[in-house]
Amino acid sequence: MPVSSNRLVRKTRLFSAIVVATNVLGNFALSWGMKHGAALDGSPLSFVLVVFNPWVLVGITLLAGWVLSRMALLSWADLSYVIPVTSVGFVLNAIMGAVFLGETISPMRWMGTLCIVGGTVLVGLTAPKTER
Amino acid sequence: MSPWVYVAIIVVSTVASDLLQSWEMKRQGEVMHFGIGSLLRTLLSKAPLIASVVFLAVSFYAFLALLQVSDLSFAVPATALSLVAETILARLLLKERVTAARWAGTALVTVGVYLLAL
Repeated sequence: MPVSSNRLVRKTRLFSAIVVATNVLGNFALSWGMKHGAALDGSPLSFVLVVFNPWVLVGITLLAGWVLSRMALLSWADLSYVIPVTSVGFVLNAIMGAVFLGETISPMRWMGTLCIVGGTVLVGLTAPKTER
Repeated sequence: MSPWVYVAIIVVSTVASDLLQSWEMKRQGEVMHFGIGSLLRTLLSKAPLIASVVFLAVSFYAFLALLQVSDLSFAVPATALSLVAETILARLLLKERVTAARWAGTALVTVGVYLLAL
């Protein structure tokens, strides 16, 4: 049976939100930086220099926050909960692409978005911790 | 190299990374005070967590390599196979109770990822 208290559920929602936000914003900052100034030409030096692009630096910092917050979340929440719930990031990535990069969202993509949000909510309503 | 070789590397390393991280963090117990320093110390002092970061890096670079030989609309849904694989392995190896609602939700998310890439 589920063994989750209200406290644990609130904490889980908060950390899930942090995991999704740091992942989506981190990826966006990296991708923005790579398109605006930063460049990798394959030489070892370019891998060092790319870090001095402010957008790339922000992206790396956010992704470090993503790894640490996800690690904390997994210290209590089931993996089979965390995986589908944090998948809502796919949707936010698509929306960021539409808003900031001018990509169009087809009806099929809206259907996909609805499915992901539906699946996220469905799993989000289950107890985050079940094992043992 | 066939794109499916990269897909296989990505799925296997993502699954390995997440299983190792979830398993070791459950052993550590619930994090009560969120401190960046203490989380970093845990991350760097436990072999399964170090291995999980290595697998994460492998998966990241294999994804970049995949994007050079295939479209994003192939890469994203192909690597979404890891969602289903991880849920099955979470039940078998981590002994989680994957309820009907979780299976349905995970299936919906996977279908959604495919539609998003069309």
